[in-house]
Amino acid sequence: MSLKKVHEDQPKDFKFNSENLKKVEEIFKRYPEKNKKSAVMPLLYLAQKQNDNWIPLAAMKYIANYLSIPYMSVYEVATFYTMYNLAPVGKHFIQVCTTTPCLIRGADKIVKLCKEKISPNENEISKQGSCSWMEVECLGACVSAPMVQVNDDYYEDLDEKSTKDILESLIKDKPLKPGSYRGRKNTAPEQKLNTKGENHA
Amino acid sequence: MPKITINGKEIEFDKGMTVLQACELANVEIPRFCYHEKLSIAGNCRMCLVEMEKSPKPIASCAMPAAEGMNIKTNTYLVEKARKGVMEFLLANHPLDCPVCDQGGECDLQDQSLYYGVDKSRFVENKRDVKEKYMGPLIKTQMTRCIHCTRCVRFATEVAGVPEIGAIGRGENMQITTYLEKSMESELSANVIDLCPVGALTSKPYAFEARPWELKKTESVDVMDAVGSNIRVDTYNWEVKRILPRLNNDINEEWISDKTRYSCDGLLKQRLDVPYIKKENKLQKSNWDEALDLLIKKIKEVQPNEIAGHIGDMINMENALGFKKLFNLIKSNNLEFREKKFYINSSEKINYIFGSSINGIEQSDLILLIGTNPRHEASMLNARIRKAFVQKKVPIFSIGDPGDLTYDYKIISDKTDEIKKIINNESELSNKILSAKNPIIIIGESVLELESGKYIFEEIKNFLIQNNKISQEWNPLNILIQNASTVGLLDLKIIPDQKENNFTFFDNLENKKFKLLYLLGSDNLDFKKDNEFVVYQGSHGDRGAEVADIVLPSATYTEQEGLYENLEGRVQECKKASYPIGEALEDWKIFNRIIKKMGLNGTTNFDQLRKEVLNSIPNFSDLNELPKNVESKNSKIQSNFVSEKITIRELDYYYTNSISRSSKTMSECRQIRQKIKKDGTNN
Repeated sequence: MSLKKVHEDQPKDFKFNSENLKKVEEIFKRYPEKNKKSAVMPLLYLAQKQNDNWIPLAAMKYIANYLSIPYMSVYEVATFYTMYNLAPVGKHFIQVCTTTPCLIRGADKIVKLCKEKISPNENEISKQGSCSWMEVECLGACVSAPMVQVNDDYYEDLDEKSTKDILESLIKDKPLKPGSYRGRKNTAPEQKLNTKGENHA
Repeated sequence: MPKITINGKEIEFDKGMTVLQACELANVEIPRFCYHEKLSIAGNCRMCLVEMEKSPKPIASCAMPAAEGMNIKTNTYLVEKARKGVMEFLLANHPLDCPVCDQGGECDLQDQSLYYGVDKSRFVENKRDVKEKYMGPLIKTQMTRCIHCTRCVRFATEVAGVPEIGAIGRGENMQITTYLEKSMESELSANVIDLCPVGALTSKPYAFEARPWELKKTESVDVMDAVGSNIRVDTYNWEVKRILPRLNNDINEEWISDKTRYSCDGLLKQRLDVPYIKKENKLQKSNWDEALDLLIKKIKEVQPNEIAGHIGDMINMENALGFKKLFNLIKSNNLEFREKKFYINSSEKINYIFGSSINGIEQSDLILLIGTNPRHEASMLNARIRKAFVQKKVPIFSIGDPGDLTYDYKIISDKTDEIKKIINNESELSNKILSAKNPIIIIGESVLELESGKYIFEEIKNFLIQNNKISQEWNPLNILIQNASTVGLLDLKIIPDQKENNFTFFDNLENKKFKLLYLLGSDNLDFKKDNEFVVYQGSHGDRGAEVADIVLPSATYTEQEGLYENLEGRVQECKKASYPIGEALEDWKIFNRIIKKMGLNGTTNFDQLRKEVLNSIPNFSDLNELPKNVESKNSKIQSNFVSEKITIRELDYYYTNSISRSSKTMSECRQIRQKIKKDGTNN
């Protein structure tokens, strides 16, 4: 992980759409009036959602003015957290978990496949279709390692074959179903038994 | 008072102190990088670890509040090991480039690693490398050296009030930078160079100029504005290499403005080194004899009352007194030192000083600015107002629009009518002023320039006296003087006492009554030259020399001793750090030469002048001290009210005097400021 850089090609303007403005109102209700600036993180996330999964500088300025805090403060927050994207990502944004549990279950093979199928480097948009990938730290699904996150969905219990299928489906813009690829329901044990030895519901 | 034990010694401390401060009381030195007295506590360098009894781990003493009965040890094996460990981590990524680093010799990291560091590194990985950042024309960056103490970030947000520096990224990739690498838009920006404990932020104009141990250090005062910041002038041979702040909690604390710090390269450029005489419409090199002979010939040709003198913004009191004596000898009293026609009542000291004192700003509970932009007129004073605003949330009001002052304030109005309302108790603000315990009213020169300037000043003073607001304890009446020489010259009674017309000099100048105009270091006087014979005596080839027929070279403020009175009326001594260039002389020596050549009696020497100056300052208490508080005489002065708009005279901040106009650094700063103004905001 190196320092995140802002994208060179920046849009001039950014404004929340009416739908998001309503959400902003909701978000503001969570914080006391004098601590309005605490809303900077949810607002950045909202801006990222609205702007194809990345945050342009214009959005940071807009949020800074919205919360009346210095531009620098918003910039600091946006560069600190890894899940804010400061440059455009693919329509299908694949985050490969490479933390220890996933890695010992073969996350390196998934990374290799991503390099082959999507782009040789991280954070590059694929030539075919609209995909990009990056390595991330633990996504909290160690129980079904190895796994990847595509936009908001988890694809779990992967192996080389299933990963290949998923990646190809994403490139064709016809994504497969998220979830376990070993037929598990949620995180239940594989032998259809729950912890008490009964059949799973 | 609560007690704390430090290394087995019990000492008393004030409530609210940190462990580090208590250790300082006990004369125990604690190494530190991020902690700074004047900034908020960050506690991120961990260098100040000490051992506390009953705590299993060492504590960061800068962030731990001292408490009754604590037992602190700073000389144990645990502390030594902790410091060594922290130092090793700090040095892990710090480059070993001290031989080419400008901070070398005055580097906190270098000094402390000598005492607490280990002799070799166990770090075999690649060192971190960070690209240089652009921070404007004053700050040179070498961010690989940064140890992330965040002093600069805290200074910019807390003291300077321009939250433009920040830390981006995280962990090993954390980098200190300005927002999108724009130059920092502050008059105090270069103070981050002093704050930086390593060589990450160094001075750009001073880059690779000298090593600190080669420089001769002279403690002096600044004359770029009337605040009288305490400075240290560092010279190498006769060249002034740099100017640094000197701690004075009554005036500038630990900071100085960029103009004070970086005008010094102007001391080497555009200098007048020999006398010049205008021949065939061109200034040509001459010598003292020829120039003075011509001057004396001209003096003898005209009537004494056709000779006028104007004293510039950076002239010390001794020289001004010598000038006055010279004019007495040639029987003229047409002397002036104001550059613009602003009203001043020189009958008592309270009328022209900053009565609340700079320190007093922190105690105030209401500040009213009338026609002044303290950010440009007195940057250090503005920093104090900001301090009061940040610490005590003092309500600040302004009449007239000064623009961005780095703190929030409310513009009441921009008409003089509002002032009349306040005086007549018709405004909301009058009640606020009257109910405030320590109000401060700051009147700027811009408003005194107005037609109703006399009314505004006299009536506000009257208003305050009648409501018993001016007392021995508190004086809310403040005049914000812009030039370093003004208060001292008022004390020397340079302007002849004239009750009726305050602007005789200007009227005569406009009506072309003067035939010989003697400009003593005066470059900002606005006048159209016709047939006057102009003598310019000064240090720089600037506006004054441009119109002159004779140019006499003299010394600058760093090249001679002299007293200056700052806007509070505090008399301070400016020390000689260097010597005049070429054939240039101290001003009083030139007057002596003129007097001698004219065959008159009355030459003086410096000690005599100083003695006389000190004797003629009213309410004088001591050097570097505030003047004595003398009760004001309430004398009613007739004045007329005119309803006008108050516009605050825009000050070309980086170009206010002949030294800063000659400085390359200042003109770079000015260009950037103008560009920012043209392209809209900095961002």
